[in-house]
Amino acid sequence: MKCNSILLLLAFLISGCSGAQSVLNANGHAAIALKELILAIVLVCSAVWFLVMIALVSALARRRIRESDAISERKATVVVSGAVGATVLVVSGLTIASFHTTRALSEAEDPELTIVVRAQQWWWQFTYVDPRSTETFVTANELHIPIGKDVRLRLESGDVIHSFWVPSLAGKQDLIPGRENILTLRAERPGVYRGQCAEFCGLQHSHMALFVIAEGVADYERWAEGQRRMSVDPSEAEAVAGKAVFMARQCAACHTIRGTGASGTTGPDLTHIGSRRTIAAGLLENTRGSLAAWIADPQKLKPGNNMPLVPLTSDELRQLAAYMEVLK
Amino acid sequence: MKERVVLDVSKLPMHDMGIASPAWWGTCAFMLIEGSGFALAIAIYFYLFSLAPKWPIDAPSPDLFAGTVLTALLLASIVPNILVSRWAKARALAKVRIGLIVMSLLAAAPLALRIFEFPAMHVSWDENAYGSIVWTLLGLHTTHIITDLIDTLVLTCLMFSRHGDNTRRYGDVEDNALYWNFVIVAWLPLYVCIYWVPRL
Amino acid sequence: MIEDRKRPPLTDDGLDDSVLERHLSQTWSASPGFWGALATVDHKVIARRYIVTAFVFLILGGLLAVAMRIQLAWPEARFLDPDRYNQIFTTHGSTMMFLFAVPVMEAMAIYLVPLMVGTRNIAFPRLNAFSYWIILIGGLLLWISFALDAAPDVGWFAYVPLSGPEYGPGKRADIWAQMITFTELSALAVAVEIVVTVFKQRAPGMSLDRIPLLVWSMLVMAFIVIMAMPAIMFASSTLILDRLVETQFYNPAEGGDALLWQHVFWFFGHPEVYIIFLPAAGMVSTIVATFSRRPIFGYLPLVMAFIATGILAFGLWVHHMFVVGLPRLGESFFTASSMAIAVPAGIQIFCWLATLWLGRPVFTTPLLFVIGFIVTFVIGGLTGVMVASVPFDAQVHDTYFVVAHFHYVLVGGAVFPLLGAIYYWFPKMTGRMMSETLGRWAFGLIFLGFNLTFFPMHILGLQGMPRRVYTYQPELPWAGLNLFISLSALVLVSGFVIFFIDALRSWRSGKPAGPDPWSAGTLEWATASPPPAYNFRRIPVVEAREPLWSRSEGLAVTKGLQVDRRELIVSSVVEALPEARESSPRDSIWPFWAAIATSLMLIGSIFTPWAVVWGSIPIAVTLIGWFWPKGTVEDTS
Repeated sequence: MKCNSILLLLAFLISGCSGAQSVLNANGHAAIALKELILAIVLVCSAVWFLVMIALVSALARRRIRESDAISERKATVVVSGAVGATVLVVSGLTIASFHTTRALSEAEDPELTIVVRAQQWWWQFTYVDPRSTETFVTANELHIPIGKDVRLRLESGDVIHSFWVPSLAGKQDLIPGRENILTLRAERPGVYRGQCAEFCGLQHSHMALFVIAEGVADYERWAEGQRRMSVDPSEAEAVAGKAVFMARQCAACHTIRGTGASGTTGPDLTHIGSRRTIAAGLLENTRGSLAAWIADPQKLKPGNNMPLVPLTSDELRQLAAYMEVLK
Repeated sequence: MKERVVLDVSKLPMHDMGIASPAWWGTCAFMLIEGSGFALAIAIYFYLFSLAPKWPIDAPSPDLFAGTVLTALLLASIVPNILVSRWAKARALAKVRIGLIVMSLLAAAPLALRIFEFPAMHVSWDENAYGSIVWTLLGLHTTHIITDLIDTLVLTCLMFSRHGDNTRRYGDVEDNALYWNFVIVAWLPLYVCIYWVPRL
Repeated sequence: MIEDRKRPPLTDDGLDDSVLERHLSQTWSASPGFWGALATVDHKVIARRYIVTAFVFLILGGLLAVAMRIQLAWPEARFLDPDRYNQIFTTHGSTMMFLFAVPVMEAMAIYLVPLMVGTRNIAFPRLNAFSYWIILIGGLLLWISFALDAAPDVGWFAYVPLSGPEYGPGKRADIWAQMITFTELSALAVAVEIVVTVFKQRAPGMSLDRIPLLVWSMLVMAFIVIMAMPAIMFASSTLILDRLVETQFYNPAEGGDALLWQHVFWFFGHPEVYIIFLPAAGMVSTIVATFSRRPIFGYLPLVMAFIATGILAFGLWVHHMFVVGLPRLGESFFTASSMAIAVPAGIQIFCWLATLWLGRPVFTTPLLFVIGFIVTFVIGGLTGVMVASVPFDAQVHDTYFVVAHFHYVLVGGAVFPLLGAIYYWFPKMTGRMMSETLGRWAFGLIFLGFNLTFFPMHILGLQGMPRRVYTYQPELPWAGLNLFISLSALVLVSGFVIFFIDALRSWRSGKPAGPDPWSAGTLEWATASPPPAYNFRRIPVVEAREPLWSRSEGLAVTKGLQVDRRELIVSSVVEALPEARESSPRDSIWPFWAAIATSLMLIGSIFTPWAVVWGSIPIAVTLIGWFWPKGTVEDTS
């Protein structure tokens, strides 16, 4: 059964594994190096385990030959000393290998792009910092990066400790209140990579996902250009009504929609919410229906999150969802 | 199971002091525990120090007077403390009684001074991490003084009771003296931390 | 010397065995009845209570694990809500670490160390009684709060600021912190007893190089407790202070630091693993030697490996913090030190294998558990080497890979040997054998169930599943393995059910064991099963490392101990030369009252700092009652 499990593991390793959030589905500069190291260490350790098992089985099952105890003891001493020596060599080798990988992954000198990642219970805020402050923009739970470029993430926390982890791109790094950490991402291939908070951060730790969209430079620039713009003014009647609901109810107290009066900072920036794939930190696909369901009762879908239930009529709900949808 | 007697222990003493006494080793083990606690507290002091841009945080350095007098008093108490320990070893009941009364007073006096040490910090425990750690260091050491004071008082009463003239009691007096020395020795690095490190 | 007694002291010299036993029994037995039971200071009685209590907590903690596995069996399950789930995984971890693993290992030490070193009771037996009441009340505190839906929900590691005043409202984190204080207080007390028992109460002739390996492992464990537990006491106290009186230790806005907590917690938390593992290594050494029918191979290297493990244990804590962003050089140092601990671990494994190879193994249930231990613990050790690597850890930290790793280390490395040890020493403790048939079934199901449950978690971790999530979304590729794991857990549970049935049945009606059913070599087998209150009729004199294997003409013993007072032999630290006939305290109710007073103070301090002030008074009163001489014959000198 153990062999089966190991075969299963090997099968995963060989196939490179599927799934958008996997260490073995490495598509980032760092993740690829880590995957190589992980495979190497797992192989060495598996070999060690098999050797120990062979020793165990032979110790238990060997035919007891009549041999003086002194000779047997001497033999055993030699073998045990040899095994201890081999242990020293193996762990030294693994230590050197891991130093080597660590050094290779040292921080990017001159990143193309700096993004401030601010984690809070239970979502991610991304601020694309631009030296020209008017060009700086804020989004949530969805990170777009250009492929082949070093992107520096400045990791901060707004409340408790979180951990930024997109296994397909890089190892994890904690976000700690009162401290700032740096993580460099470089996606080697375009794709959508899921990540999620890896440090227990309270009630909804399980629902604190994010997506990294790695795309060609042109696509990325187009997207960034769109994000820098102010929000669209709705033209369709339902969405216009939705905007009015948004401004009249508590929504604007927590959320920002640039280009409108809404400038709250407690919740995610919704200026371009309609362009995102998911809502509520990766919880639901972004559709009009799910938007309406979410707004109707956020506590039902993600109990304990910080968005309160705002009593709305079904018309208002529909209008609000329609407005959100047009905020591309 | 068959037994064969190979050793007669009947001539051994019914109790012995110092390293032949489990109580002495127990005292040492507790000193090791508390010593680890003090060492850790000092390590945390330096850890917070290393993080702070300026140390002390938002406070002047502590006033030296009360703490220095207390340190001198503690150091002075070593002399009678060692004497009590010697008298106990010699099982000199009358001297031990007097010595314990003196030691009770010498354990109570630092408490009076300690009252002035807290305000001498010029920071409250809840103002910042500096305040928290110095109050904790002082508090931790104060509990040790109080513990030893109570221990000494109870021992003093015992020595005046019918249970006094007993090797075990003399052993207890020795162990108590050992513990008081520990309380003093543990204070010295705390004193340097609390009063002199902020002046660096 | 006071010699004001009427009768001359009665010694065992020249007494007939049955007369001697009657006198000893009169002197050492606890008084009957409820108060007698509360007042007893017999290390065996207290150890039995400890063991039973710890196993009850194992069952409770195991039920929580089952609840978690039901919740995780399929995506977006609604069996538990997130709040309850967080309470459950916190209570599971805290129970298993603080109320099961550490106490059960200490309990085994409390039972076995005095017997194995050949003395009549543990050192400071009243402190021992006190320590039991303390841990019992600490455990009740946690579980009553769980029953009231107010259990801690911040993880067994209680990272600030999540557990701090701002993000941890209510009293949940305070209950966690005080539960810690209870368990650490108890652990420290037991550690002191073990150190002094091993140092000073060894039978004459048991020089350092004749100390049984189990006793060595318990001694090193006790020293680790002494050095490590003050850290967690400090951590839990400062957490309470931050929450109750607004100190600023962990508030970065006022010069505090969130990482300080992690440093202090793991400075304790990593040695904690060895506090649990080293006693298990001692058990393995004992079982391997007995059932290989030969002395252990590499006694000295094993002792050195225990000590080296104990020292290295304090240089590893940062490997729990590889992703918090510490300077790279520091991290690399901790990679090297964490890898280095594989060397003493390797020495132990190789010596056990060599003993099996040299001996003639008898495949009893205890040995089966040891074989299962070697198979699984080597996996846990190797995954430990993996997570010691900073870059490797950057990917698997806080994922199910780590969950798999530490369950391999703690269950494979400590619970398997413990179960083996229960099968091995059950005859000594109860006088009855456990069933070999049921034992084999229990072993088979537990071994199989354990591996089927936990091995796939390595894969889940590499597939990106983080720890401590109460659910996961259906679009993630984890559902199949999770269901498989949950089903496998049933196999594991069934193995434990058989183990408990076997233990209960055998306790009542197992085959009588006799003093030495395994033909073992150490001193605990030189007395009746279960041992009488006084342990040994006459204190043995040790002339070899396995006194029972090398005896020529019966067991060498001493004479001349008094039998009309509780008396035992105190010997020198290195050579165990007899130094004194020391008395051992009588039963006393005061430790119980002291524990009650201490508990009132600790629980009160969850609510108000003044509890510390007022609560100290009853503690002082009960302690004076405890230590004030009662003029008994034990007080003479």
